[in-house]
Amino acid sequence: MSSSITATQSTVHGASRWLIPASVVALFLAVLGGVMIGPAGPTWWRVPLELLNRLPLISIDSGMTSMEWAIIWQIRAPRVVLAAIVGSTLSIAGASYQGVFRNPLVDPYLLGVAAGAGLGATIVITVNRSGSSDWIIDPLPLAAFLGGLLAVLATYLVGSSVKNDRSSISLVLAGVAVTSLATAMQTFLLQRNSDVVRQVYSWILGRLSTATWGDVRLVIPYVLVSTVALLMHRRLLDVLRVGDEEATALGVDVSRVRLIVVISATLGTAAVVAVSGLIGFVGIIVPHAIRLVVGSSYRIVLPMSLLLGAVFLIVADIPGRILDNPAETPIGVVTAFLGAPFFLLILRTRQAQR
Amino acid sequence: MTSLAFENVSVQYDGRTAVHDFTDTIKPGEWLCIIGPNGAGKSSLLRAITGVTSHGGRILVDGSPLTARSSRRRAQLIAYVPQSPVLPSGMTGAEYVLLGRNPFVTHFGHESALDHSMVNDVISRLDLADLAQRDVDTLSGGERQRLVIARAIAQEAPILLLDEPTSALDIGHQQQALELVDKLRREHGLTVVSAMHDLTLAGIYSDRLALMHAGHRVAHGPAEDVLRAETLGEFYGVSVRVHREDDGTIVVVPNRTSLR
Repeated sequence: MSSSITATQSTVHGASRWLIPASVVALFLAVLGGVMIGPAGPTWWRVPLELLNRLPLISIDSGMTSMEWAIIWQIRAPRVVLAAIVGSTLSIAGASYQGVFRNPLVDPYLLGVAAGAGLGATIVITVNRSGSSDWIIDPLPLAAFLGGLLAVLATYLVGSSVKNDRSSISLVLAGVAVTSLATAMQTFLLQRNSDVVRQVYSWILGRLSTATWGDVRLVIPYVLVSTVALLMHRRLLDVLRVGDEEATALGVDVSRVRLIVVISATLGTAAVVAVSGLIGFVGIIVPHAIRLVVGSSYRIVLPMSLLLGAVFLIVADIPGRILDNPAETPIGVVTAFLGAPFFLLILRTRQAQR
Repeated sequence: MTSLAFENVSVQYDGRTAVHDFTDTIKPGEWLCIIGPNGAGKSSLLRAITGVTSHGGRILVDGSPLTARSSRRRAQLIAYVPQSPVLPSGMTGAEYVLLGRNPFVTHFGHESALDHSMVNDVISRLDLADLAQRDVDTLSGGERQRLVIARAIAQEAPILLLDEPTSALDIGHQQQALELVDKLRREHGLTVVSAMHDLTLAGIYSDRLALMHAGHRVAHGPAEDVLRAETLGEFYGVSVRVHREDDGTIVVVPNRTSLR
């Protein structure tokens, strides 16, 4: 009897035993690599020594100047941390959206976050084109954040007002409509103000290059709430896999779970989009790559998305700094360029194994 | 053991009434089989009991209305085997059966060791050890059906609903599945409500039949009262012969009406 207990428990939890620690190690290595590599600054091997030196009770002479340390701590470190936050948030939000909508092609931008944020950013860039600094807070991330949340709210109000629709199809269709509307308004604004097109375009492509500790502090509260809430729903996302009807018969309040998950995922996504722009590809590819390797249970897919999403974006951010320096390659281009072949490779090897 | 009563239950979809004023009382431990042609309202009635569709009138479990209970509490009382269950690909048999423990796990909680041992117990009692570690995608129709029944049993609910439990199975697996339900019913004192198309099997396994037609309950009682050639002819529009075997089994045989 006791041996058979471990049999079911191991199928649910056993795979995570070495995968999670391995991913934590991968994240540590990615962070280290991220702060060591860059076009300017100290020789790479001095960085880990100096980091050790900064720990309490340890004193090592790394030979690093205070100028070099400033490059590490004020430029590279916030960029690496922000990449980790953005990557993990987009991945876990994408995985959760795919779970509640039971659709593998869904990304966290499904319900209009991206288009709303884009519209918000466009409005601010247009109005504030002189870039005057008489604002107390930077209006750009705030407008993008609110635009994203408002767009999803509109989608939800329209989509859930459809009567007798127990599936989520009307919600998805409402998302498509809201996205088109916001995009049309954005295009109209840009057409009237063509001088800001370049600026808006560079925002849309996404960037981590201007990251500061301020950006990190800005998003941390939202991202924390979102991540914790999503992780707490990982078991229910597994129950939802049998479909709305059977999940209801199993005692799940399906529409409530869907609402909570959508709100949480949207909050995190809108926050990271506000500081990093629209970095595509991460929210759809990272969860799928994980599923191909570890199976499709959300109990393992969600924590792994959190860890490996961070690793993926830190690593994807490295080539952009070195390639055609000093003009940086946008991160969105790199994620697709690295991610697509990587994903195809996993897809092929998995098929060969079967 | 738990009773299930219907008081003027009606079910509507988009203004169309699928079930009209259904009234019946199912005694604790009884097996009621709902029969009737396609679209008669059998599945709608079962779906109303699970809470998937809203209903008019009252459905009472041991005297108290179902709508007064939370969805979790309702799932602790009622287990449901749907007509075409979804078995998510990539799940193992054991993980699938574990889903049946959902009503006993809190919203943010996780299954306890007790839930896991309960699932293992169900798996060994239903002789499903071979399927426990297999991907549900690789299972045959009969194996999948046994797994879905196992999930319902793991739910430990006193009322079991079965929607066409045998429609996808061959005759051997039909018998196997219904024997399993019958055995579990006796062991656990389950109250069973099933919708079935095979009238002979419905008569053999149930205590009582309820015949539905266009949303109304038009006949009910033991098999020999309901399974009559005239009754079936009227409501199914078929021509059948009804035999009574020596052991009391009622056998329904369709007549060939085309010219030989």
